Parts: sequence; C-alpha cells; structure tokens
Amino acid sequence: MHDAQQIHDKPDARAVAARQELMAICAQASEAELTAALDALEPPPEAIDIRPAEIGLVMLRGRVGGSGAPFNVGEATVTRAAVRLSTGETGFSYLLGRSKTRARLAAILEAAGQRPAYRRSIVQHLVLPVGERVESERRVAREEAEATRVEFFTLVRGED
Amino acid sequence: MYVAVKGGEAAIAAAHTLLAKERRGDPAVPELTTDQIREQLALAVDRVMSEGSLYDRDLAPLAIKQARGDLIEAIFLVRAYRSTLPRFGYAQPIDTSAMSIRRRISATFKDLPGGQVLGPTFDYTHRLLDDSLNEVAAEPTAPARRPIADDANAPHVADLLGEQGLIEPNPQATDDAPVADLTRDPLAFPAERDLRLQSLARGDEGLLLALGYSTQRGYGRTHPFAGEIRMGSVEVHLAPEELGFEVPLGTIVVTECEMVNQFKGSAESPPQFTRGYGLTFGHSERKSMSMALVDRALRTRELGEEVVAPAQDEEFVLSHVDNVQATGFVEHLKLPHYVDFQAELQLVRQMRREWEEANRKEAAE
Repeated sequence: MHDAQQIHDKPDARAVAARQELMAICAQASEAELTAALDALEPPPEAIDIRPAEIGLVMLRGRVGGSGAPFNVGEATVTRAAVRLSTGETGFSYLLGRSKTRARLAAILEAAGQRPAYRRSIVQHLVLPVGERVESERRVAREEAEATRVEFFTLVRGED
Repeated sequence: MYVAVKGGEAAIAAAHTLLAKERRGDPAVPELTTDQIREQLALAVDRVMSEGSLYDRDLAPLAIKQARGDLIEAIFLVRAYRSTLPRFGYAQPIDTSAMSIRRRISATFKDLPGGQVLGPTFDYTHRLLDDSLNEVAAEPTAPARRPIADDANAPHVADLLGEQGLIEPNPQATDDAPVADLTRDPLAFPAERDLRLQSLARGDEGLLLALGYSTQRGYGRTHPFAGEIRMGSVEVHLAPEELGFEVPLGTIVVTECEMVNQFKGSAESPPQFTRGYGLTFGHSERKSMSMALVDRALRTRELGEEVVAPAQDEEFVLSHVDNVQATGFVEHLKLPHYVDFQAELQLVRQMRREWEEANRKEAAE
C-alpha cells in the first residue's frame, strides 16, 4: 500500500507507463473479460466509488491534412469512473461507449493493478488473454486487407 | 392581445401510436434488432455517427430504428441526445498515419509504400442486383488472407510529395493554441480552417457531394486528384486533468481523404500543389472525398483566389451544410402558422380592393 500511495502522489514515468498499458487493455476488454479478471483476484478487492460511473462526451480531434494543426471532428460517448480500494489505491477509467458496468470494473482493475500483490493475477487473467485476442483480431483484419492489395504487372508489347 | 389556441393533444397521441405501428411494419415479419442494424447496415450507422457528430456504434442504430430509416431524423435524434450529456474534455488529435489500415488507395501513385489496399469496397462491382440476398444465405465465403508484407506501413501520400517540397506544408499550431468549437461558440465569419473543417465534418453528405461535384464541373475549379483515401481504426487518447497523463479510450474507425490540387506559387515560393482534406467517422468515403473538395474550394481567401462559385463562398456553404438546422427550418413550415397567414390574407384582400378600385376609376375616366 505504501508503495502504491507513493506512486500516486509522485507518478514516475515507469509507473505511469504501466498504468497506461493496463488502461489500454481495459479499454479493449469486454465486460465479460473484465469480470473474469476481477473474479480471479484473491483476496477480492473492496472498492468504494469516488466517482460513480458517469456517461459523458469527449470531443475528438483530427489534424488539418493529417499532420497539421488540430481541429474538432465530432464527439464520442465516454464513460468514466473512479474508485478507491480499501487498501488505499485509487483507480480511474475512461472508456469509449456507454457501459457503466465496464467503466466501474475497469476502474477497480486499474486500482488493483497498482498493487504488486495483484499484478501477476492481472497479467495472467487480463493483460495476456485480452492482448492476445485483440492482437489476433487485428492480425486477421490486416491479413484480410493485405489479400486485397493490388499487384500491378506491366504488359510489354513489340520486339523492343 | 395574444390569444393562444390550444388543442390537438389527443390527435397527437393517436398519431404517435399510429407511428409506432407503422414503424413496426407487418407483425408477421420478425422485428429488426439494433444489433442487426449495427452489423448489417453499417454504412447507414457511419453516416448517422458522422453527421450526428457523435461516435457511438450503439446509439446510431437505435436512432435509425426509431426514425424508421430516415437518416436525417436519426441524425436529429443523436444530436438531441448529445445535448443532454456533460463534456469531459478534448481528446488528443488522432494520428491517422498510425492507422490500422482496412483500405488505402491512391489515384496519384501506383507503387507506393504500403501499397494499394482495396479493402471492402463497392468499387469494381458491376452494380447488378444480387437476387440471392433475398434469401437468408448460408455464411458468406471467408475472405482470403495474406501474410502481412514487410512494407505494410503506409505513410501519407502527400508527405511523400512534401519531402520534395512539391506540395504546400500543412498549417501547424502550438499545442496550446485555441481550436474553434462549433458546439461552444456559434458560427461566425470569417471562419478559419479549423472551424470550417468541423462544420464540414458534421455537414450533410448530400450537400457536400453536390458542392464537391460543382467544383469539378467548373464552378470554382480546383483540379483535384485523390492523393489518398484511407480507412481503418485509430486509437483515441485523452489527458484528464485529475490524472495528469494520457489515457487510451479505445479505438474508432475513420475515413480520411487527402486531395492534391493544382498549383499555388508566388514571387516568394515556387509553384506547389495545394491540399484539401476530409475526415469522417466510420467508413464514409463519398463524404470524406466531398469534404476534401469543398475544404479546398473554401480556401480562396487564404490562397488569394476569387470567390466565383457557391462552393467557394464560406458563408453560403457553412450556413447551409448542417442538415439538422436545414430540416428544422424547412420543416417548421408545416407547423401551424394560422395567425401569420390571417395577416397575409387580410393584406392580399386589401391590396385587391385597392387594385379593383384603381381599375374602376381608370375605366370610368
């Protein structure tokens, strides 16, 4: 708990990167995957809501010409939640979509991820399976796209 | 004195019950689910997300179902819903060069890094109706797969020209420079490019298509080439204040179009291609291409061109491109105007009396 508190007070780059990595996994995980990962935690974490799950908007941005100055493209629905574990860690989630259940589960797992005692379980039951599923879906999508890549050939007519 | 006329509640309630029945259609036919709309009418969903200006793959199908397939009504429903929600913040700009590509083509270069990837496209189909879709078919043939090539990374085509200085650079801004937001401040003129692009991104596909087409036919000619069209998924990040670092929110699908247009040069800078840009939610190729054409046409002020056509007139384009505003004003005409019309009726009767009197006098003289 002591360590986690320190991390929260003074986020160093490595701790932040680890939290971001777990948040990225949570953002891609289904409700069932998040539930399974939480159920696997032993002992089960006790969490209270600092901010009950709430649906809102985030304005998405693009860049002029793809790489220039930013402009507002349009909004997306986002659900956020914040919890505190009885052991002191606070966890946050911001997820595309409107699932309050997912947002709360993700916030609890984000908090639990800051506790070294839970780390191994979270890697085993959340990071690896979700990472593998997402990677394999991505690979299928890319390989399907790759099969539609045009192979040009040139027809040469005449002697020279 | 103002006299309010009341009534019609019972008629309105009955009309809405009737609407619900018509929406359902023949009860012998199974009801359409929103999941089916999301999965099988995906391009309608994408259009509603784009013009509703709200990315949510569950809300748009619901709106389409509720609107009986009337996409502008569905867009209206989505806009109304968004107005009830708080704003959490502004995302970091998406990086379309890091897109996980589903489709990517260029009409300007045949061989380019990353290749021409056709993806799921209507292009090159014969546009013959497929009778077999009348039946609930077996699973479609599994699409072919091919191992990912070594050169699968696809840089922006315009950047290839940019490296040689043959196309104008994109305008840059510092991180803390304000970005215009149509949802916070009303449209004002002159409108800069960030405001114009936001307005076009949520604008009506039909109007943009017509205006883009008009530039091709000579009304504000810009000589475009489709430098690149790409569609795929990109990650979205937000830096919430309470966290102090960026959080990944998930991925969205977007379509991007970069038009390469004819030249601009001056005493100071050599002739260069110019750019038009389109970016839309989901797979919306026609819309993003039209947007890129109109974006370029609207850059007249900046490029020292003359406004000679509707597509170049920012006040005309931006004031009429929003189909929710447009439908609101056009359709309000069907609401009761009884009192206004009584006034006009009185006026025209008086004018006729005067006219008849004048005619009688003339005849008498």
